[in-house]
Amino acid sequence: MKSNNNINVYSFLEKITPLIAVMFALLVGAIVILIIGEDPIFVYKVLFSNALGSKVGWGNVLFRSTPLIFTGLTVAFAFRCGLFNIGGEGQMYIGTFFATWVGFTFTNLPSFLLIPLCIIAAATGGALWAAVPGILKAKSGVHEVIVTIMMNWIAASLTFYLVLQFKAPPTEAMKAAGVKQMIPHTREIAEAARLPRIYHLLKSINIDFPSYVQANVSFFIAIAVAMLVYYILWKTNLGYEIRAVGYSPLAAEYGGINVSRNIVLAMVISGALAGLVATNEVMGFKYRWRQELFTGYGFNGIAVALLGKNHPFGVVLAAILFGVLNYGGAIVNIFTGGRIPRELIMVLQAVIVIFVVISDEIVKRIIRKRRKTA
Amino acid sequence: MLGNIFNADFFASSIRIAIPLALAGLGGVVSEKSGVINIGLEGMMLTSAFTVVAVTNFSQNPWIGVLSAILIGIVLGLIHAVTSITFRANQIVSGVAINLFASGITVFLAWLFFNETQIMAVKNLPVWGLSIPAPGEGSSVVRSFIVIFLHHSPLVFITVIIFALAHFILFKTPFGLRIRSVGEYPEAADTMGVNVIKMRYLAVITSGALAGLAGSFLSLEQAHFFVKEISGGRGFIALAAMIFGKWTPLGTAGAALLFGFGEALSIRLQGVLAIPVQFINMVPYVLAIFVLVSAIGRATPPAADGIPYEKEVG
Amino acid sequence: MPEIVLEMKNITKRFPLVVANDKVNFSVYKGEIHALVGENGAGKTTLMSILYGLYQADSGEILINDKKIRITNPNIAIKLKIGMVHQHFMLVPPLTVTENVILGMEPKKNNIFIDIENATKKVKEISEGIGFKIDPNAKIESISVGIQQRVEIIKVLYRGAEILVMDEPTAVLTPQEVEELFGILNSLKKQGKTIIFITHKLNEVQAISDRITVMRRGKVVGVKKTSETNKEEIASMMVGRKVIFKVKKNEHNFGKNVLKVSKLNALNNKGLPALKDISFEIKEGEILGIAGVEGNGQTELVEVITGLRKAKSGKISIYERNITNDSPREIKEEKIAHIPEDRRQRGIISQFNVSENLILGSHYDKPFNNGMSLNLNIINKHADKLIKEYDIRPSDKDNLLKSLSGGNQQKVIVARELFGNPIILIAAQPTRGLDVGSIEFVHQQIINERDKNKGVLLVSADLDEILSLSDRIAVIYEGKIAAILDPKKTNQKELGLLMTGSVQNKKTNLEEVKK
Repeated sequence: MKSNNNINVYSFLEKITPLIAVMFALLVGAIVILIIGEDPIFVYKVLFSNALGSKVGWGNVLFRSTPLIFTGLTVAFAFRCGLFNIGGEGQMYIGTFFATWVGFTFTNLPSFLLIPLCIIAAATGGALWAAVPGILKAKSGVHEVIVTIMMNWIAASLTFYLVLQFKAPPTEAMKAAGVKQMIPHTREIAEAARLPRIYHLLKSINIDFPSYVQANVSFFIAIAVAMLVYYILWKTNLGYEIRAVGYSPLAAEYGGINVSRNIVLAMVISGALAGLVATNEVMGFKYRWRQELFTGYGFNGIAVALLGKNHPFGVVLAAILFGVLNYGGAIVNIFTGGRIPRELIMVLQAVIVIFVVISDEIVKRIIRKRRKTA
Repeated sequence: MLGNIFNADFFASSIRIAIPLALAGLGGVVSEKSGVINIGLEGMMLTSAFTVVAVTNFSQNPWIGVLSAILIGIVLGLIHAVTSITFRANQIVSGVAINLFASGITVFLAWLFFNETQIMAVKNLPVWGLSIPAPGEGSSVVRSFIVIFLHHSPLVFITVIIFALAHFILFKTPFGLRIRSVGEYPEAADTMGVNVIKMRYLAVITSGALAGLAGSFLSLEQAHFFVKEISGGRGFIALAAMIFGKWTPLGTAGAALLFGFGEALSIRLQGVLAIPVQFINMVPYVLAIFVLVSAIGRATPPAADGIPYEKEVG
Repeated sequence: MPEIVLEMKNITKRFPLVVANDKVNFSVYKGEIHALVGENGAGKTTLMSILYGLYQADSGEILINDKKIRITNPNIAIKLKIGMVHQHFMLVPPLTVTENVILGMEPKKNNIFIDIENATKKVKEISEGIGFKIDPNAKIESISVGIQQRVEIIKVLYRGAEILVMDEPTAVLTPQEVEELFGILNSLKKQGKTIIFITHKLNEVQAISDRITVMRRGKVVGVKKTSETNKEEIASMMVGRKVIFKVKKNEHNFGKNVLKVSKLNALNNKGLPALKDISFEIKEGEILGIAGVEGNGQTELVEVITGLRKAKSGKISIYERNITNDSPREIKEEKIAHIPEDRRQRGIISQFNVSENLILGSHYDKPFNNGMSLNLNIINKHADKLIKEYDIRPSDKDNLLKSLSGGNQQKVIVARELFGNPIILIAAQPTRGLDVGSIEFVHQQIINERDKNKGVLLVSADLDEILSLSDRIAVIYEGKIAAILDPKKTNQKELGLLMTGSVQNKKTNLEEVKK
């Protein structure tokens, strides 16, 4: 009975460690804000009230969470197969470029064809990019961590090259002013390839929502994908095999599971998930591909996955939390006249990660102490 | 044409490109020989690259800048040690966290102190080596020799000394023997009275210091400025060099020179062949992947690499 | 009255799930060889780890030469002249013999560098002092297990140990090597050293020890003079009940060939030949035991048969069907059950629960899988059924395998592998590290399969197990079958000689192969 109680305490503590980690990170953030000479209570009030206190806030939070759900799932899925895919950034680059290219190339297609086609292109791009480290890992045993990072930088150069090949022609206004594109970008994708905003959906059922909020249908795609990932991992043969390989490749091999095949598959699916960022960033927001070195979604996906304990539903919650921090952080930056750089949020994310990873061990030690004294 | 590419300046620049890779790679060697994977090298380099420029600009003394950068490397090494050794966290995750932290904190502080993300270094280290003779002075062989080997930042010479020291410490001293044993079979070392935790802490902190020096060279001596993400994956390329160098200091130095050579060559070729600059930029990363693939089967990592040491089981 | 050199009083040590030592009292006389016996998990190793400073006791005290001391780390133990030879050798494979010996106590020259010449000389001196030669510059990974053990002893003596703790030192040795070890121990005893000998092999206790302390479930249940007791008494003290030493096995006739291996060649992980022209066959209702010193190709043999390693040449067939180099899944589908040697790495997925582990290998097939998704309902029912049938404890199918004892983990493996009526059972080291109860259970299952006319391949380093279960014994030495023997006409000594290559050209003692 006693040990049963302890197991309950343990599983409870384990479940709330992400919360404790977040609290701790906010505390560290408060200290940093104090050092800068600002008032942490005021800053956090601005941050949370703006992010959560209105439709605009919520809309923006969901908009910012969406890519993080995809990249968080990217990391979590690979992790279930024992792989560290920290190349979500590069896979996202290639996937979004593929989707954009389809979007501005097949402009004659109707929506019901073009939208799925763009989504498939996005997934394919990410999958292809992740297949390289996957195959190298499966066939030659090259550690995926270094390869995925290298692939990020290669993707950055490759997409830079590609965007110059498909550069949008200068607009009339630019011609008149005699300026060039500051940041290289492609032509816009066809209207038919664009996803409706939440504003459009709510308008159709007569609910008021600000039209300028960029939250779009992609958020719902992300939720559906998270559910699909859950189903694959825990309810299918593929998921069983991927998890078996992740926990013990030797036992999986013994159980007749093709380890190499599952490693490649897990990477490919993981990369496809990263590519799906295109639904939010290209099909739902910018409608084009812009050269911006490392938006950070891929990397922040790592933090999201860890905070979400590599579980698809945890990932969704963690992504929403990071959406709150990102959007609130941007507002704080404006509110304080730039005195609090928004990169503070990145620092907080790193602190969250560190604390999440050490919290498991802390919980274990607490339990061990309790058992001993019991 | 070949003469235009493979001249003295080419070899000198190969060496300069190799220095940060070699130093960070040595950091990887020291850490992994003790059994701790350190992919936080990238973030440690980045943070140090910022620190050296910031402190140099404030203090007007590049040496203080370099020392501060090393100190920051040590602090980050200490964080990695606490999470991955004391708290036995996954070492890769801990390294990733350090990289995330570095990306955030450098830009954060750059905005805070300088209001921009590209900061010029107001001073550099004085050149310790011989200065290059003016054209026409001395023979061309002497001139080339000076350009390649003797006209360098002090950090180049310090790097050479560090590598010689590292080799002897790792393979000829009790300390080195203990580090190696801790990375291969910590339980065995423990029963022989070797303090596994202490050894690993020392190794990881040393690797932080080396990454700090690597970052210093990168911004202060090579680029003469700091810019966001200046490390550009070099921490990871350094790890590829470490693997290619079979986890030895001299092997890593050789592999770093190979990378330096490859990158310098690709920069030179840019002027000669009509290859888009973006493809030239890919060279070091593609090279790293090839190097990793070719290293497979040739080298095995320390047996306990990446495995946290847990004494009390039961 | 002999002089007491070491006394441990009221030692208690708790681990999260068990009390490993419960108020243990243990004392040793100077210059004796003292056997510390008990089953796996009785707390012997924990007690000695406390003595050596690897663990701290929760309560109790340690006296050496009547002086109360605290041993908080191995350094203190070493200073107190206590040395330990661990069950799993504490040697760093890529380092040399000398480097391993001096680790932690390196002689220096110029106060900086290791004085390797001096150290090498010292290693030679010590080894010759107890009567054997060793190459101090050889790397550990290139020397045999028997020699490695000597390095361990040199290591301990280099540190000036007066009390030597030997944890299950004979587990990895051949009978001949055991005799040599006993020679070394006796010469150490003559030099006045005290030796604590941990074991559960009672023959050895009789052969070498002066006194015996028996432990059971963390407690000391008795201390005896070896000359005043016998094997049966010690055994029942160890287990707490009478133990049957013989496995009951009925005579019966064998059937057709089930498994046939001919001229099989394969490489080991280092790319060197591990199997050299191995040929044998197993008949229905027959247990073929493979005896050999570990590392002579047994692991590779089992892996090649089960598809986990590629054969270079040769042929494996089941009832004439060629299965050479088929995938593990294809071979499993031929109804081969496999209890793997490495239980924790191969046999189970410790982070999966019982029901998930019980379908490993058949998870992709009906009835557990219907096309796309897993049939969780059937999987759970299957688990409940097997848990009951094999008495797996605790009986909750949602428990992660890592929370089960070794014996119950092995039950999960046996239950899974024997399900679905296999035609061949391959059991590699099936009872290693198990308690007596689980060993009896596993032995019974193996006999049952035999009696159901299945073919059984039993690989074991435990010669008692091989001798008592097998219908025929194949001795493997350096990747070759050195001999095929009738267990009734051989003994441990002969097997030991064949296993070490000391006797060759003895092909068989079987007069005829029973049809």
